[in-house]
Amino acid sequence: MLKYANPTHFLALAARLIPWLAATTALLLIAGLYLTFFVAPDDYQQGSSVKIMYLHVPSAWLAMMCYVIMTSAALGTIVWRHPLADAAQKAAAPLGAAFTLLCLVTGSLWGKPMWGTWWVWDARLTSVLVLFLIYLGLIGLWRTIEEPAQAARAAAILTLVGVVNIPIIKFSVDWWNTLHQPASVFKLGGPAIAGSMLWPLLIMAVGFTFLFFTLHLMAIRNEILRRRLRRLSIDAAHAEEQAEATA
Amino acid sequence: MMQSSLSALFWRELRIARSVGGGGAMGLVFFLILVSLTPFAIGPDLNLLSRIGPAILWIAALLATLLGLDRLFQADADDGSLDLLLTASTPLELIVVVKCAAHWIATALPLILASPLLGLTLAMEPASLGGIALSLLAGTPALTMLGAIGAALTAGLRRGGLLMAVLILPLATPVLIFGVSGAAAASGGTVPFHIPMLILCGLSLAALAGAPFAAAAALRARDA
Amino acid sequence: MTQSVALTSLIARGVGVDRGGRAIVKNISFDLQAGGALVALGRNGAGKSTLLRAIAGFLPFSGGELIHEGEASEAPLPELCHYVGHADGLKSALTAVENLAFWSRMLSGTATGASVSPLEALQQVGLKRLADFPVAYLSAGQKRRVALARLFVAPRPLWILDEPATALDVASQQVLAEAFARHRAGGGMIIAATHAPLGLVDAAVLELSATAAGALGNA
Repeated sequence: MLKYANPTHFLALAARLIPWLAATTALLLIAGLYLTFFVAPDDYQQGSSVKIMYLHVPSAWLAMMCYVIMTSAALGTIVWRHPLADAAQKAAAPLGAAFTLLCLVTGSLWGKPMWGTWWVWDARLTSVLVLFLIYLGLIGLWRTIEEPAQAARAAAILTLVGVVNIPIIKFSVDWWNTLHQPASVFKLGGPAIAGSMLWPLLIMAVGFTFLFFTLHLMAIRNEILRRRLRRLSIDAAHAEEQAEATA
Repeated sequence: MMQSSLSALFWRELRIARSVGGGGAMGLVFFLILVSLTPFAIGPDLNLLSRIGPAILWIAALLATLLGLDRLFQADADDGSLDLLLTASTPLELIVVVKCAAHWIATALPLILASPLLGLTLAMEPASLGGIALSLLAGTPALTMLGAIGAALTAGLRRGGLLMAVLILPLATPVLIFGVSGAAAASGGTVPFHIPMLILCGLSLAALAGAPFAAAAALRARDA
Repeated sequence: MTQSVALTSLIARGVGVDRGGRAIVKNISFDLQAGGALVALGRNGAGKSTLLRAIAGFLPFSGGELIHEGEASEAPLPELCHYVGHADGLKSALTAVENLAFWSRMLSGTATGASVSPLEALQQVGLKRLADFPVAYLSAGQKRRVALARLFVAPRPLWILDEPATALDVASQQVLAEAFARHRAGGGMIIAATHAPLGLVDAAVLELSATAAGALGNA
């Protein structure tokens, strides 16, 4: 396991894993979308607009899971100062922002027919919006600090501070009386959702998770290569100077 | 020759705004945060929000534009580029206009495009969503040009950012007043939509005509 | 080189510069002809940089007069000069060649004469292979050489150089000295403030005394 913490070994591993992950993602998403549109029944209240759920719920899960992964990478940065943890952190932020945006947009599209409005300022929606803003702030921090190791430490601190938002999102529907419906899949006493809807949802969720891991792995690989390019460029600039000095 | 130098400046400014630390996208995020802070403060009453939505969006646009402008000349003053621009044969007034145009495209234009979307979260009506975007389109050039005067006055000062806002915000009040009334008039009301819009366009044109001279004079008077 | 006619003489008569009510430089006179060079010497704080910045037009003179003559004499002096100061005037996010291309287009104009492309200018200062690197990756000496390459990309008859040899190694100083000789042979002028020898032959020397800086009140 530790062997793969070496960036070179990691790159080799990633090159082998990425095709398989991508293929699995494609299969799961095709199956999930087929089930969503041709097998899963319409809701007796919501009609066919319930199908937005199969995109909305997985992206909401991913929005939070991505933050949790980013937090563990941030711990890796702070405790071990490992460059791979830095890259994992940096690669996760735009993905998290994208899934959060997807969650907000699909939620908004779903809310219009259900609640009669595109947006309400209830605890769940607001806390997810705050999550989105935290992701954007992190991306801004990454882009502003030029020295990668320094940027990684700063982003790690911000990530760890922002983690308080995750339980707030998760439990907002229980703590406050909100328009957003409470959890119906993971709850005490079993899921409150029919099996014909549960299976497509779970397959879509697993598909989204694989999509995330594929993209994350690719982004980490790109980040490692980008760092190498940067280091080689700086080395080349200095070598040039050395060569001239001796000439 | 002068056109070539101005277009070179324009593209350089856009490229820097896009690059690391250029802060082109940060203005948009700041705008988003300002807009979403208001419902936190006054509560989630959608009727109230939809009534004051144009005001929220305009105040947020005002702050996001002005606070993003403090680096307009500061970065050039820090790295010595400003001195060299003074030795160019291109008039400094035109250099100011071109820098402002590039800054407006990099920061104000995304904000205008995002404003109807944010208006949705404030439960604004469809007519006033278009109104807010149009009024921002007509009014933000005035904000950018006024901000350029403040940025020129505070270039080379340490911690000039807050001072600049203090100098310029009072001057920006007419733009705010007509901007909000324009956006509000779009969804009905006693004033026809075109009147505040024409005044906004007038303010922007006046700022475009006058501000470059003030900003250039401030840059020349900079004792460095 | 055809820039010889742009500026035939630059004459200062009793010029001075005040800052914050203090005469930093006072009563300076010099007479610079085409192909001439002037080296300002003096201790730290003697007002070398201030004098140079005033000649480049960034600071007003408190007295005296500065007259330039030549074919381009109707143009203001700042538009005829290259200024290389302590700050390099480079954007670290852009590449070396992008920076130079920008200044080439921005600073070309009034004076006509020989200029070289940004890439050739970088070759002259030995940085051709780093042309497409962001300036952020370059060392201090390399950045300084990119800044000096600006002198070659736009033809301007007067070079105003504030400590141009800072952070330069011996080889680069040699390149610089050769460029100075070429510029002067073509009728260009150079005014430099320096501690280090710059290889400027037959340069007039302007000794700035610290006593002038120490004097209080207006000149």
